Amino acid sequence: MCECCSGHADIYLPQMATITKRRMLNGTELFLHLEMDSGQDLSYKPGQFVEVSLAGIGEAPISISSSPTQRGLELVVRNVGSLTKAIHKLQVGDKLGIRGPYGTTYPIEEAKGKDLVFICGGIGLVPQRSFIRYALDHRSDYGKIIVLIGTKCYSMRLFREEIALWQERKDMTVLETIDEAHDCWDGNVGVVTTLIPKIENELPGSLVLICGPPIMYKFVLISLAEAQVPEENIYVNLERRMKCGVGKCGHCQINDKYVCQDGPVFRYSDLALVPEAI
Amino acid sequence: MSVLKFTPKQFDDFVLAMLKTGRPVMAPQAKNGRFAFEPLASPADLRLDYDVTILPPKKYVLPQVEKLLEFEVRGPCRSVQEAQPMILLGVHPYDLVAILQMDELFRQGQYDKHYMDRRCQITLIALDVVTPSANVFASSMGTAAVSSGYDILLTILKDGSILADAATAKGQELIRLAGSAAPASEADLKARKAVWEHNNAVLNKHILLCKPSLLPKILEQSYNHPVWEEKARLCYSCGSCNQVCPTCYCFDVQDRVNWDLKTGYRFRCWDGCLLENFATVAGNHNFRKDRAARYRHRLYRKGKYVPEKIGGQIACVGCGRCISACTAKIANPVEVYNRLLQDTKLG
Repeated sequence: MCECCSGHADIYLPQMATITKRRMLNGTELFLHLEMDSGQDLSYKPGQFVEVSLAGIGEAPISISSSPTQRGLELVVRNVGSLTKAIHKLQVGDKLGIRGPYGTTYPIEEAKGKDLVFICGGIGLVPQRSFIRYALDHRSDYGKIIVLIGTKCYSMRLFREEIALWQERKDMTVLETIDEAHDCWDGNVGVVTTLIPKIENELPGSLVLICGPPIMYKFVLISLAEAQVPEENIYVNLERRMKCGVGKCGHCQINDKYVCQDGPVFRYSDLALVPEAI
Repeated sequence: MSVLKFTPKQFDDFVLAMLKTGRPVMAPQAKNGRFAFEPLASPADLRLDYDVTILPPKKYVLPQVEKLLEFEVRGPCRSVQEAQPMILLGVHPYDLVAILQMDELFRQGQYDKHYMDRRCQITLIALDVVTPSANVFASSMGTAAVSSGYDILLTILKDGSILADAATAKGQELIRLAGSAAPASEADLKARKAVWEHNNAVLNKHILLCKPSLLPKILEQSYNHPVWEEKARLCYSCGSCNQVCPTCYCFDVQDRVNWDLKTGYRFRCWDGCLLENFATVAGNHNFRKDRAARYRHRLYRKGKYVPEKIGGQIACVGCGRCISACTAKIANPVEVYNRLLQDTKLG
């Protein structure tokens, strides 16, 4: 090794973590609770992600779903590729590699004293849950907490028990909808934007935080524009292929921004000149 | 240290002395009627008169495939440091500028130890261009000659003698191997300056009609220009322009398991933003599905996005390799930038 480089850590080297809890949230989404083998919790903030790997299979960016106010690290992994398929086969006690945390965070400081509206579509609830739990653990720091949750179908709903507990709370409002009607569902049917009129009066002074599939942003943003929510008050959490996580590999770039560094949480008004974002 | 002057014979001896150090010497050599950087075995194989190499010498700082980690399957990983000392001989100024840009990109923000370790092990000997290639436009990009960034700079004068300027401690250490060379005279230095002036003028087979520093401003106004669609209609999305580019540094990361099925390694390999699945995420959603958007992204990276990260330097160095490599003949950045310039109002 040459002199000038000694002392720098390897940014691609994962730390090991052990699975301490696992359960399926639905047919495709696996919930994992992990403890770092170092014994020290990762120092992360809501909105950030980690690179998760299984040596010999690969590595992928996964949103953090837990709040730093709790112990350990919680992730939700959708069974969608070779790595996630292998992760789904892991049991309690098995190990994963973790790099990070990476990326920007939700505006946890700026949001203090303000009302928060979370708009979540499908697996978009996963990273949003990090800030929701954080805000609930610092309840007096924040104003109203409103959570809108849209899921494609009844069987794909995530965190059902936790949502039921949230719905029982007097200090937050949780509205849920599913896209397709189901015999066991007597709640709202329709896409997540159909919930927006129900809370329209709350929108003008709130910070609105959005996370969901790519198509959802377009329609939610139209609804928010109609409700005259200023773009400065809107935050989006974007998904891209953050292969390296450290702003080098180029895969997650949207115009001049790197989602792994400048995002994944963006203030919507900062994306005015980033046409590839939404 | 003063500039040394070698006769061709003395220079061959210097190259022999480099080879005897045991360090691999990577240098331009003939390959199927073209040129390529390859490990040098003998001074006779060295082609200092090469026009341009098929691939840029980037492959020695960012190899096509580079091991990052080794592991036991499903177990912990350990960092791999494969780089060994190397002499990279005969790098043209435009390719040197590209390497210097890459140095900054891998150094800044999160320090990429794999790249930087490899880079630090290289003694880089630059070489002023002797034969302009068919598509070079380094003069337009301000990269036809360089005054820093190398360990040694070689300039071949008309009489065949070779001037060598060692600019760093690494360069001086190497040039000590050259026993008998004499210091260059004032007239030699004048002749060297004439080579630079000549190259600044003639490495220009395609002429950019503005200063390169204007490109970010031009691109700022050109996002919806019809040229992207017109050119991209013919694009095969083959990524050849990315592969031959000295400034492209996007990479993929993958795992490979060894034959024992117990151990393996994580590596990075070159990738290209023109390839169809470059921005595809799990679940098959492609965030840059449109060919024209991918074509535009490459030219925005060269002319605007990367420059914003490296203090305004344009990330096209005018080597012309993409022009030669493109089957559809649509990759010429000068053609596109000139067209945009024509349609841009610069206040």
